[in-house]
Amino acid sequence: MMELWSALPTPVQSVIAITAIILPLLAAVAWYTYAERKVIGYIQVRIGPNRVGWRGLLQPIADALKLLMKEIVLPTKASTGLFLLAPMIAIAPALAAWAVIPFDAGLVLADINAGLLYVLALTSLGVYGVIIAGWASNSKYAFLGAMRAAAQIVAYEIAMGFALVGVLVAAGSLNLSAIVEAQSGSVLTWFWLPLLPLFGVYYISGVAETNRAPFDVAEGESEIVAGFHVDYSGMAFAIFFLAEYANMILIAMLTALLFFGGWLSPFQGLPVLEETFAWVPGIIWLLLKTFFFMFVFLWLRATFPRYRYDQIMRLGWKVFIPITIAWILVVALAVILEVPPWWSAPA
Amino acid sequence: MGFEKFLFYIFAAITVFAAGMVVTRRNPVHSVLYLVLAFVSSAALWILIEAEFLGIVLVLVYVGAVMVLFLFVVMMLDIDIASIRAQFIRNLPLGLFVAGVMVLNMLLILGPSNFGLEQFAKPDPRPAGYSNTAELGLDLYTTYLYQFEIAAVILLVAIIAAIRLTLRRRPETKYQDPSQQVRVRKGPSRVRLISMPPERTPRPVPVAPAPAATNDNKETAE
Amino acid sequence: MLDAARNYLNSLLLTELFRGMSLTGAYLFKRKFTVQYPEEKAPISPRFRGLHALRRYPNGEERCIACKLCEATCPALAITIEAEPRADGSRRTTRYDIDLFKCIYCGFCEESCPVDSIVETGIYEYHFENRGENIMTKDKLLAIGDKYEADIAAARKADAEYR
Repeated sequence: MMELWSALPTPVQSVIAITAIILPLLAAVAWYTYAERKVIGYIQVRIGPNRVGWRGLLQPIADALKLLMKEIVLPTKASTGLFLLAPMIAIAPALAAWAVIPFDAGLVLADINAGLLYVLALTSLGVYGVIIAGWASNSKYAFLGAMRAAAQIVAYEIAMGFALVGVLVAAGSLNLSAIVEAQSGSVLTWFWLPLLPLFGVYYISGVAETNRAPFDVAEGESEIVAGFHVDYSGMAFAIFFLAEYANMILIAMLTALLFFGGWLSPFQGLPVLEETFAWVPGIIWLLLKTFFFMFVFLWLRATFPRYRYDQIMRLGWKVFIPITIAWILVVALAVILEVPPWWSAPA
Repeated sequence: MGFEKFLFYIFAAITVFAAGMVVTRRNPVHSVLYLVLAFVSSAALWILIEAEFLGIVLVLVYVGAVMVLFLFVVMMLDIDIASIRAQFIRNLPLGLFVAGVMVLNMLLILGPSNFGLEQFAKPDPRPAGYSNTAELGLDLYTTYLYQFEIAAVILLVAIIAAIRLTLRRRPETKYQDPSQQVRVRKGPSRVRLISMPPERTPRPVPVAPAPAATNDNKETAE
Repeated sequence: MLDAARNYLNSLLLTELFRGMSLTGAYLFKRKFTVQYPEEKAPISPRFRGLHALRRYPNGEERCIACKLCEATCPALAITIEAEPRADGSRRTTRYDIDLFKCIYCGFCEESCPVDSIVETGIYEYHFENRGENIMTKDKLLAIGDKYEADIAAARKADAEYR
């Protein structure tokens, strides 16, 4: 099997590897929409979709078919080229960022040194899809949504970037695999504990960055109908949808990787349990952690009402950025002073 | 090597094309988007010469933040393209002259005599564990620390100046202070309960006898 | 001062957010109230105001005497009536149309009817497939009345003592 694999030319290997990441990702996105409807339904004492397939499990497929059949309406006064380009610009970075995500020790498509920066750079590109969509639609609601999204994403990107600076100070590397390895030890040596404020800021900024409730003023269906994708229909709309959910899964997985030890077993360092669960492959742990944070995304949406716009700006600029700067100092000091158990010099 | 060269030409062609479009497009929003394309493809060029840190930072800072704000502003502006084009024709000779002088200057300095291939030896191949992020950091924070700090101070001054310019309270505009709003709690800080005796207003006693019913109806109907 | 510090700490530790999330988290496991609609239906009141019907007397004579009170009282102007004497000299409608697109299902027609002719039934599942089907003509209304007379009479009877 391995010989066959290495016999293949590199481009073929890459294409197979990319397919192996993208296909499960798209499936995850499809059923994440189903999970969202179910979870929010259950929280609102409803049962959610349960008609298509067993317990509604085929609902995403029915939705996808419906959207595929629908016409893509082109507004007369829209800037046609950009209007059609926007969904592609939205989804491309959302999928490309997965190239550097390590799923297990050594199981990564591109093990580049500046992996964390790469992810940050690509997530910051997603905003172009939103802005171009809003502008090209030539509609005031779409434009308002785009403006809100731009201001919000730029604001929260800074907080997010600073939170990641804390992580890379703590890990001493920009490589995602190295960051995970730096957390090995036990549950208590994962970075969530020493970087607790940064974890909170990172996750909340992630919610804001993906324009999810309670930070979804860019869509704000009660004020600006649907924000930047007001004029999109059919598959063009579905692609925005895919991009949003792919970004949510990405944020959830990054949270698991950067703060919760990635593929490391939670029973590391515990005498009996570690051996008992040694057979579980690392990717399972990573997926379990990711699923938890994906669930929290939905939980947040079901719990909190939408923030007012000036409150969002205040939270980003006046609360998160100072917290992250202060905590980066604390982490840097802790690393220099080699505070145990996280940064004690290797014996 | 062949494939890398092919990639180089592709990205170089995209960069030059995009740069050309930036100055020739009529719609400023299109110009900005072509500028974004130029940045992205030049980042790809940097990555081709193994400067992946710089390439990614170019995307992160310029494309991800600066150009977003730029686009933000350009979209909000209502630029009168006709008058700009009129100016364009009038100032064309001067513009061509300045451009020509600039090209001449650049040729003198950047010409093949100074920057030709023979002036620069091919760099040695890097060892496997070479991290150009770390090298860059070491250089920046040791050799060039002074320049780095100067740049930081200049940026800080610019930030303070920008904030000072916008920080003016106009009396006619109303502000909300979210920090004050979120500090509001249930209890005495928000609601003040006072007890007071019930007020009795005496009913007005009609002085004159009521007018005829028909008139009365008319008034209420009005 | 102490209060301010406590509030500050509370907001920094997100205590209120966690309280909110624990509440919704608890609701995740509550018993669900969903009525599985096509199989299960929610009970409806005898006063339910659904699709309209025109009733007949037990002897088969239509009740409507074309007094046009319903037409006059209809706030949405959904009812159109034309009438002329029948061969036997009694006053009857020749046309009785209700435009269901205009109708707001307020029930005033039913209230105003002196002979309990126009009624609103408990039927709430109906649809139109062609333009024009939204106009309920006299024939259609009488047919509904004939078909559901038992249900209509039972609902009137259940509600009779409150009228």
